[in-house]
Amino acid sequence: MWKWFHMLASPPHFYRIAGLTIPWFGWPALVLILVGLYGGLVLAPADYQQGDGFRIFYVHVPSAIMSMMVYGIMATAAAIGLIWRMKLAHAVAAASAPIGAWFTFCALATGSLWGKPMWGTWWEWDARLTSELILLFLYLGYIALRSSIEDPQRADRASAVLALVGVINLPIIHYSVVWWNSLHQGSTMFNPGAMSIEMKWPALSMLFGFMLYYGAVLFVRLRAEVIRRERNAAWLRQELAL
Amino acid sequence: MLKGVDLDASPGEVVHVAGPNGTGKTTLLRVLAGLLPAEGGEVYWRGRSIRRDRDEYNAELAYLGHENALKGDLTAFENLHYGVGVRRDLSGTEIESTLDHLGILRCRDLPARVLSAGQRRRLAMSRILLLGATLWILDEPFTNLDVAGVGLFSTLIGDHAAAGGMALLAAHQGLDIPGIQPRLAELD
Amino acid sequence: MQTTGLLKAGGLLYSRDLRLAFRRWEQVTQPVVFFLMVTTLFPLALSPEQAQLRQVAAGVVWVAALLSALLALEFMFRSDYEDGTLEQLVLSGQPLWWLALVKAFAHWTVSGLPLVVTSPLVAASLAVPTGAMMTVVASLLLGTGILSFLGAVGAGLTLGVRRGSVLLSLLVLPLTMPALIFGARAVDMAIMGDEPAGPLYLLGALFILSLTLGPFATSAALKVSME
Repeated sequence: MWKWFHMLASPPHFYRIAGLTIPWFGWPALVLILVGLYGGLVLAPADYQQGDGFRIFYVHVPSAIMSMMVYGIMATAAAIGLIWRMKLAHAVAAASAPIGAWFTFCALATGSLWGKPMWGTWWEWDARLTSELILLFLYLGYIALRSSIEDPQRADRASAVLALVGVINLPIIHYSVVWWNSLHQGSTMFNPGAMSIEMKWPALSMLFGFMLYYGAVLFVRLRAEVIRRERNAAWLRQELAL
Repeated sequence: MLKGVDLDASPGEVVHVAGPNGTGKTTLLRVLAGLLPAEGGEVYWRGRSIRRDRDEYNAELAYLGHENALKGDLTAFENLHYGVGVRRDLSGTEIESTLDHLGILRCRDLPARVLSAGQRRRLAMSRILLLGATLWILDEPFTNLDVAGVGLFSTLIGDHAAAGGMALLAAHQGLDIPGIQPRLAELD
Repeated sequence: MQTTGLLKAGGLLYSRDLRLAFRRWEQVTQPVVFFLMVTTLFPLALSPEQAQLRQVAAGVVWVAALLSALLALEFMFRSDYEDGTLEQLVLSGQPLWWLALVKAFAHWTVSGLPLVVTSPLVAASLAVPTGAMMTVVASLLLGTGILSFLGAVGAGLTLGVRRGSVLLSLLVLPLTMPALIFGARAVDMAIMGDEPAGPLYLLGALFILSLTLGPFATSAALKVSME
């Protein structure tokens, strides 16, 4: 187990293994997303209240789930990196942040698009959308902190501390926003209500597609990070046939 | 930055870490003081890793960095009162006699901000003396000192080693420590 | 040789920081002046009408206090970091989380407490009724405390970083949003004549949480920044 672990943590091995893994994530992701889109946009029946407007859920809900899951993965990787001083874990955290930020952005953008026909406004201070917005701020703070520290090891450890503080705060932020929202307006919650099975499976397909997409992009980013950190190493020159 | 450095010191010894600028003298001393984690390798104090027995090690260590760790708005006396006080109980007379020993007693009630660079270095050295630690780690202690000051610091370091203490110091000039021949550790 | 106990070391560090702050008096007064000025902007921008001011008073007082306290946050460890004192504190043999807690408390005393003391003045200028003053003070007492203990983590992380002050706000503001929600709500309820105990308790819970977890995160942050 440990031997395997160390092998994975050594840059040349990791670089090769990641390269082999990317297609195994990337292609299924593409297939699942296309199937999910077809199922959601064409096959699924229109909602009896919201008509076709509800179809944006097929992008919105998986994005929102991913935005939180990626933050969780990021914080877990950061904790592993801090405790066991593992560079690879820090690299996973660093590579996850921009992907997570984009998922958050997608969730916000689709939420806002959905809001226009439903609430008649581009932005409604709905509890979930507000939580997503604060989550985006957390991601942006993390990215900003990383980019302003030059020493990569210090950047790793500093951003890891921030990610951990953030992940403890995340549920507090979420519940305080829900509490705040329930006081100021009734429940205009973004609520899809009961979904029939033919409405549900495309959403699941999209969600798994997004997860695999995250995996593929994560490995691409990690390979790029390995190249950046090991740019002077002999094995890399051989690998890239320079 | 540093690779393949192996260093040890025993009681009564002065180790002179030498080498041109940029060879990592400060980095080495900071690693030894436990301020910087070693990427590979360990630092041991009395046979135990300093990462494990951090507090015990700190209690026996006095570190003088590039910066003097003085507060410009506090007087010389206050600087020592607070700076040493968080570590051990000490009396005002102790502080005064040390200031006198270092030749800066007349600066007792002056804010550190108005002292000359050499006087500030002497004040920082007073803290090292007052801490009463076994191991001194001094990074370029002679910076900004006049000839008399260099002589005084050398005597202090020699006395410390003679009393069974040890000192690790980085300096780019040669050392002349009375009564002891420093061991040279050259970095390149 | 007698090593200094935890409490005595904390007391020394606290009195040192207070003494330093009072020798630089203008640094202590700046956040308060900022607080007064920002709250003056609102009647000018909105309207001098009492009823209208009273409606927004809770939010204005809280946002202004948060921003004023944030202004001082970057100085919590800055000078100790620059002159090497922080290294000596790390090597002092005292637990770093304890020193971080004491420094955050000292910082709150000179930057948060003055805001709390001046807040009734500000609140009165925004037509907050006298009955709600206690809530204003209590909520800000907890709120500025939360900002100091939580903000200490950010202040530790941004030491020696380019454009650290902007970055610091970016890191700390999202984390303080729950405190803002509960604090402003408590004040608002008091202004309306309701019982504000609920949100105040929640604010108290946040304070306990940041007081207990903040110093540990701060000490980790400081260690990272010292490297």
